[in-house]
Amino acid sequence: MSNSLIELDNVSFTYSSDNNQVLRTLSLSVKKGDITAILGPNGIGKTTLLYLILGWIKADSGSIIIGEKNQEDYKRREMGRIIGLVPQDEHISFEYSLLEYVLLGRSPHLHALESPGKKDYKAAVDALKKVGLEKLSDRPVTHLSGGEKQLVLVARSLAQEPKILLLDEPMSNLDLANKIRLIAVLNSLKNEGVTILFTSHEPEVAASISNYIILMGSDNNIVHGTTNKILTSESLSRIYGVNVKVADYDGNKIVIWH
Amino acid sequence: MPNKKIIAAPPEKGKIFILSLILFAVFIIALFIGRYPAKGLMDPRILFTDPLAWKLVFNLRLPRLLTSLILGVSLAGSGMVFQMIFSNPLVEPGFLGVSQGAAFGAAFAIIFLGSSAWLIQGSAAFFAITGLGFSYYIARRVRFGGWVLRLILSGIAVSALFSAGVGIMKYAADPMSQLPEITFWLLGGLWSITWREFFTILPVTIISMTVVFLMRWRLNVLSLDDETAFSLGISPGTARLIFLISATAATAAVISVSGIVNWVGLIVPHIARRLFRSDTRQSLPAAMLLGGIFTIFCDTLARTVFAGEIPLGIFTSLFGAGVFIILLLNRNIRIQK
Repeated sequence: MSNSLIELDNVSFTYSSDNNQVLRTLSLSVKKGDITAILGPNGIGKTTLLYLILGWIKADSGSIIIGEKNQEDYKRREMGRIIGLVPQDEHISFEYSLLEYVLLGRSPHLHALESPGKKDYKAAVDALKKVGLEKLSDRPVTHLSGGEKQLVLVARSLAQEPKILLLDEPMSNLDLANKIRLIAVLNSLKNEGVTILFTSHEPEVAASISNYIILMGSDNNIVHGTTNKILTSESLSRIYGVNVKVADYDGNKIVIWH
Repeated sequence: MPNKKIIAAPPEKGKIFILSLILFAVFIIALFIGRYPAKGLMDPRILFTDPLAWKLVFNLRLPRLLTSLILGVSLAGSGMVFQMIFSNPLVEPGFLGVSQGAAFGAAFAIIFLGSSAWLIQGSAAFFAITGLGFSYYIARRVRFGGWVLRLILSGIAVSALFSAGVGIMKYAADPMSQLPEITFWLLGGLWSITWREFFTILPVTIISMTVVFLMRWRLNVLSLDDETAFSLGISPGTARLIFLISATAATAAVISVSGIVNWVGLIVPHIARRLFRSDTRQSLPAAMLLGGIFTIFCDTLARTVFAGEIPLGIFTSLFGAGVFIILLLNRNIRIQK
């Protein structure tokens, strides 16, 4: 298991507010450089799994190893240079320019009294270029469309330069062109050796870029494995509770339903 | 190429410099404006010939001006801190029971401890911090909602408790001697400031505002959602607490000698963000400078417009609320959280 970067061992988690056990003794490992899709119906605990890996919420039992160390043995700032998060949505209360906003991704690279310098500006401008928003860098971030905002959140995480990138429903607001752009960005990150995990409720999105899938169903019914193994008519029909068919088309998997 | 321009542009340093010059000019003018030897601007040359003018400027006006400077800097700086860490452009240092706590402390001292200035200030500062501590404690014990919501709710409750307390004090106060003093304190003012008051509050305000100033870029990150700030390598709880303690300490210190001065902490950060954009690298120093200009301007009016002193809080409320209404009508103020 030497090449696994994230290792969950018997992780359980229950929301104390409603006693809803989302995860029961889940064990899995994610290899460095993999793109993993966390797939499943709404409200099944996909985001919870991301937040557990991030360390934002703590498992009731079990352990999470990131790289060589237990997750809890990292300093906060050190972890910020390893794991980045692209939230599904974000409240933005103040009118930052896109560039100022993306610059906030440099936070884990700066100590408490430091302000961003030239190197940080360069990282932020490069990140905006990668998502195709460099022309809007002076625009207030509060005036963006839903899709543009989602790309800005991605850009901020790119500026953060993490080794592991967690994305929560990154495609949910994107139109087709931006979806393809984001897929290209994620693929190029993968080639740079970044490990990516993202949640989605659309099997096709998962099929198009991931090589590993964690499929979450109700009652802690979680299966995971390579995309080819997991993305089958049988498993999807079972998890979503509807009749769907997975077909091969031009080497890609497509999902058909009636 | 827009990129090149963006990388090269130092964030608004020129405008900050101009603002500093304006503050300096306002300060000097205010130092020589008044009613001695005649109404209006004093000729600085008489300082060397008239010992009374020397005494007036250096023993009365200068400490008062310096105090109104740090009052404005602290209230506006703390206001910016509160608005950023609560991601809410409508909060100010008076939140979380700080102002009402101070008011209660002052009224309490006036009625029960005799009206020595030192006791009133100490009691006001003590209850201001108690107000924060109490709000913080309740917020930690609330079992629902996000951290910001819990703090604001408990702040409202604690403020209401203290203002009920102030009501009881006013009811119980001697209407001839104590009630006017309480009322005057609640309206805020700097007429009683001497070098002693100035040097009492100087260390706390300098330390806390320096901490806030040096860490100002972090405020941007703290205005994001908690999980995002966390993912960016920050422990939002700890970082917020550092800012919260600094801002509250400065606020408690200044209002302990000035009484309640409203609106500075709310309106000045708004204007700063409007003129210097939201990034706290510029907007925080801008708010501090504008706060200084605003309180010096209002305090100078308070002591010169009429022969008798008008409470400072009346002017800050008048101008602050006026500007606020203009801002409200001009453009939407974003409230998302």
